[in-house]
Amino acid sequence: MVGMRALVIAAEEGGHGAVEAGTGGFWADTAGIMLVLPFVAFLLILAFGKRLKYKGGELAVGALAINLLWATVLFVLNMTGGVLDQTTFEIARIGSDLVFELGWVVDGLSIMMYFLVNFVGLLVFIYALGYMEGDVRVDWFFAAFSLFAGAMLVLVGAPNLIQMIIGWEGVGLASYFLIGFYWEDLDNVRAGNKAFMTNKVADVGLILGTILVGVAIGSFDFSELSIAAAEHAEALGAVAVAGGLLLFFGAMGKSAQFPLHIWLPDAMAGPTPVSALMHAATMVTAGIYLMARVFPLFQNLAQDTRGLMVVIGAITLFAIGLLALVADDIKKVLAYSTVSQLGYMMTAVAAGGYTAGLFHLFTHAFFKALLFLGAGAVIHAVHSNNMSDMGGLRKEMPTTYWTFVVGSLALAGIIPLAGFWSKDEILATLGHEGYTAVMWIAIAGAFVTAFYMARAVALTFHGTYKGEGHPHEAPRVMTAPLVGLAIPSIFVGILNIPGVDWPGIGNFTEWLGVRVVPMGDYHPEGIDWSLAAIGLVAAGAGLALGWLIFSRDRATQKARDRFEVPALYPLLRQKYFIDHAALGVVGATTGPIARFIDWTNTYIIDGIINLVGGVVKALGEFVYGTIDQRAVDGVFNGLSAVTDGAGSAVRRLQTGRVQQYAAGFVAGALILVVVFVLIV
Amino acid sequence: MEWFETWGLTIIVFLPLVGALILGVIPKDNEDALKTTGLVATLLAFLASLVLIAQFDYSGGVYNTYQFEVEESWIGAINANYHVGVDGISLPLLVLSTFVVVLAVIYSWNHWDEPKNPKAFLILMLILATGMNGTFVALDLVLFFIFFEVVLLPMYFMIGIWGDKSPRKVPGFSKLFETRLYAAIKFFLFTLFGSAFMLLGFLALYFESGNFGERTFDIVELTRLGSGGAFTGTFAFLVFGAMFLGFAVKVPMWPFHTWLPDAHTAAPTVGSVLLAAILLKLGSYGFIRISLPILPQEAVNWAPAIAILAVIGIIYGSLACLAQTDMKRLIAFSSVGHMGFVMLGIATMTDVGINAAIIGMVAHGLITGLLFFLAGSMSHRYHTREMSRLGGNIKLMPVMGGILAFTAMASLGLPGLAGFWGEFMALVSAYNPLEGLSLGVFRTSMVLGAVGTVLTAGYMLWMLQRVNLGEPPNEWEGHTFHDVDRYEAAAWVPLIVLIVAIGFFPKVIFTSTTDTVTSLVDMAFDPEVTAALGSLMKGG
Repeated sequence: MVGMRALVIAAEEGGHGAVEAGTGGFWADTAGIMLVLPFVAFLLILAFGKRLKYKGGELAVGALAINLLWATVLFVLNMTGGVLDQTTFEIARIGSDLVFELGWVVDGLSIMMYFLVNFVGLLVFIYALGYMEGDVRVDWFFAAFSLFAGAMLVLVGAPNLIQMIIGWEGVGLASYFLIGFYWEDLDNVRAGNKAFMTNKVADVGLILGTILVGVAIGSFDFSELSIAAAEHAEALGAVAVAGGLLLFFGAMGKSAQFPLHIWLPDAMAGPTPVSALMHAATMVTAGIYLMARVFPLFQNLAQDTRGLMVVIGAITLFAIGLLALVADDIKKVLAYSTVSQLGYMMTAVAAGGYTAGLFHLFTHAFFKALLFLGAGAVIHAVHSNNMSDMGGLRKEMPTTYWTFVVGSLALAGIIPLAGFWSKDEILATLGHEGYTAVMWIAIAGAFVTAFYMARAVALTFHGTYKGEGHPHEAPRVMTAPLVGLAIPSIFVGILNIPGVDWPGIGNFTEWLGVRVVPMGDYHPEGIDWSLAAIGLVAAGAGLALGWLIFSRDRATQKARDRFEVPALYPLLRQKYFIDHAALGVVGATTGPIARFIDWTNTYIIDGIINLVGGVVKALGEFVYGTIDQRAVDGVFNGLSAVTDGAGSAVRRLQTGRVQQYAAGFVAGALILVVVFVLIV
Repeated sequence: MEWFETWGLTIIVFLPLVGALILGVIPKDNEDALKTTGLVATLLAFLASLVLIAQFDYSGGVYNTYQFEVEESWIGAINANYHVGVDGISLPLLVLSTFVVVLAVIYSWNHWDEPKNPKAFLILMLILATGMNGTFVALDLVLFFIFFEVVLLPMYFMIGIWGDKSPRKVPGFSKLFETRLYAAIKFFLFTLFGSAFMLLGFLALYFESGNFGERTFDIVELTRLGSGGAFTGTFAFLVFGAMFLGFAVKVPMWPFHTWLPDAHTAAPTVGSVLLAAILLKLGSYGFIRISLPILPQEAVNWAPAIAILAVIGIIYGSLACLAQTDMKRLIAFSSVGHMGFVMLGIATMTDVGINAAIIGMVAHGLITGLLFFLAGSMSHRYHTREMSRLGGNIKLMPVMGGILAFTAMASLGLPGLAGFWGEFMALVSAYNPLEGLSLGVFRTSMVLGAVGTVLTAGYMLWMLQRVNLGEPPNEWEGHTFHDVDRYEAAAWVPLIVLIVAIGFFPKVIFTSTTDTVTSLVDMAFDPEVTAALGSLMKGG
């Protein structure tokens, strides 16, 4: 294993205004442990999970606990001085210029993700100890969950596009396994297939984009890519727009951007901890992370792609967010909300707001995981996903209720909770970069967000209980992670208040900026209070309206739904018909095409073959019957005796006429060969 | 170990044949002695190939130089020699061959397809091993041809005798055929049809080489002549075409592939495994070892056509998979797609592409071999391969179902497992083919190939859904199934380990191949090198 210091060296020699940073010493050198431990847990759980008290949950939690130690130390080191380091080893070398490496990169971006994945992951794993207790195949659950954690860390630690692809498909695999966790029901299997296939379609973009960009600069390394982009390298410039679009297409799949978002709501078929960690907090942000990793490409060379990306992000954040208004399944509400928030992140990054997009990724992970875990606690208590079976739970489940309210307010963007600061920075960036119309869409989106969260809180926790049985508060093992996520949901926003430097540690923007090539994106100097006020008004109005309509327990769910948005209602309930269209087209075409291909195989290609066979056989019979028997009888009498002997020997092995055909053909072929030889 | 230098390859090639002869004198009913002999013979050959790995010199392989080389006069009249040797390209394939045969024998231990007869089956398997190993080390065209053909008969008998007896309708014929008979004949005739032309090509090369000195079948010699530009024009076109037919049928390339699904569906489990794991590689190996180095300029002319056929194979094979109801037939069709990637890599005529082809061949051998093992073991238990009757397999047999899921993922090219590298690098090479080749054709091929990976994922997930997941159909209620037994485990675990190992550390293969391949491409296409070789040529 050969260690390299490519990043630091590149930063020093490249002279791209590199940030001051240390190498992180021991903790960076050994950071690879984080990428490996979850896989170790995965294998151990597969082997011994069934025999353990928590069915392997203890191993999964243990691995992430150790990981969190590393991540936290690195996080603190990066806060206080900056850490920039990379360790790689070669896994393949073809000729002189195609090199594949694995390893781990330690810089501001990856450290943020290490911390996020391990922190949220650990809390969700602990929660799952309670949530999954007594469920089927708990050992497989924790094994697959660990597999996910490992693959996700491989992804975020990737020093190059190849390793990112490996992690990328690895998390996709874990996602497939866990969406289809209850595979006895084929509907869940189909949801898993849908997720895998949608992502596979997008992966075509990722793979081809990787090839275009990698071949152009002669390396798949992100630091090489950043430097080439910063230097406006000619070779890269020629393919930058195409490569950028392809990579973006790949990101659209994992990060559920319109119209490839269709898999994410269905992915809620998996157990709720899975939805919280993978399909809300971490895995679905992989696309945003990819965009951030290759940000210099878009910043310096592929600016032409920005308009399209911003529009896709804007459609995603607004149009898909609207779908949350009409969902009855609480997890679907949150899923559409996740898609919408991913739209915010993508819009921000696409518009040039590297920090803004990633800061929202950071804050969102805490409060969205919190909301999902809260929803899981409720589902656990009432045994239904539907809000029409809930209501009035605030009395029975106070901890869940209060933490859920915190998460909702944070998501809605109410000052001073986390979501306010990150959303405000996105709005400010959009305004500054000249995307004014999109900024207003984002503000409208904030209204929608607040509205559906008020609806969700009201329907779930207020009014009267409409379900069966007597729900109880979740056990401590589940409520403790709720509290553990509620605290950062309140406070992490202040890490990046525009213009504020916390003594000794600076702010989130600085930590994230520790990269080989500084991102050079826009940061608001101070708070634009008028913009913040507009955002707050939108959010407040959404909350108020949602509360007014849904907090009173006077109407049935159906009546209120219709009251909601009369014109849009049918369209939204049908999810804009995108799912129907996509699945309809795929379903209507693939089957017939496949059957047609199979038909051509049997009747055209094989038909020709069989025809030739038949003709040759007839010819053989003619030759034998007409020419041979009458003309060259004498010559062949001797030969046929030999053939007969051989034939009867073979006949002892089997009955049938194959041998005769074969012998005939061998003879024929040999004659052919002889003829050819003579000609040549 | 001095003697190993000269005897190593001969031992690896002929040890199985010696085993077959010994088996011939062991009484038919002494099953233990038969199996032990078979295992010892194949295991020794495998161990010898491990010694080969250990003693092989990996530093900077120069193409057209071979290690463990032996050259003895054989048929003086036509200047055919017993010339064998390995280089970085053939080494991994040779080891794959010796390795998979051992696993096949282990698996066979308690899995005999009707009509059993372990003696005959083992003898065929050992003859097959000699043919396969020999093809990968032969450096003389006559020798190559003989080994290439030796493979044919044992496989023909395996399919024809131990194959599927169910009746099958054949389009164009009114009567029903036994599946195994139709498949066996088709396999035999198809391959023979191709190899007749291949032999023709070999003979033409032999006579043409007389213009530059003594006539020769020697691959090393012919490669030297070919790189120097000895074979050109219509002659080269026809010879390449003749050899193309031989190799393309074996790969198989679309549209010469239709023998494959039939052969696989009908063949006994071990037959399918060996067919998929090794036999198909003989064709693509032939392209790399013979067609390309001996006729480099002509290869360039043919390259776009090969690429197009390869991509048709990828898309066509994947789509055909989506129409299958028989699990084994589905896996068979998947081979058409996977070998399409191998051929696409070769068609680019670049070091990246040829390396992709070799690792793709090894990966396909391991993965599809394992898939056929699984399909065989499952149909052994369920007595059906119809996917509509299967379901919930992972509930009935968790370990087998788990391995099936793993292998399906490997087969769809999951990054981190062996299958990824061949596909990905084939696409990389198609983006940047050899200078002078049509970028339009190859980059379109790249995009279509990438789309093919989506289809591959589609049919693999679909298979898992139908076979592995859901509730088991009522039919199987009350049945208990024996999950993976120890012979199966012994045969499969090594494959799983290798699939993961190569996936995470492809250097395992590339250490052997990369220098040799680079040098092969230089020798064939670098103008300076070819000019130098040309001036060395006698006569012409």
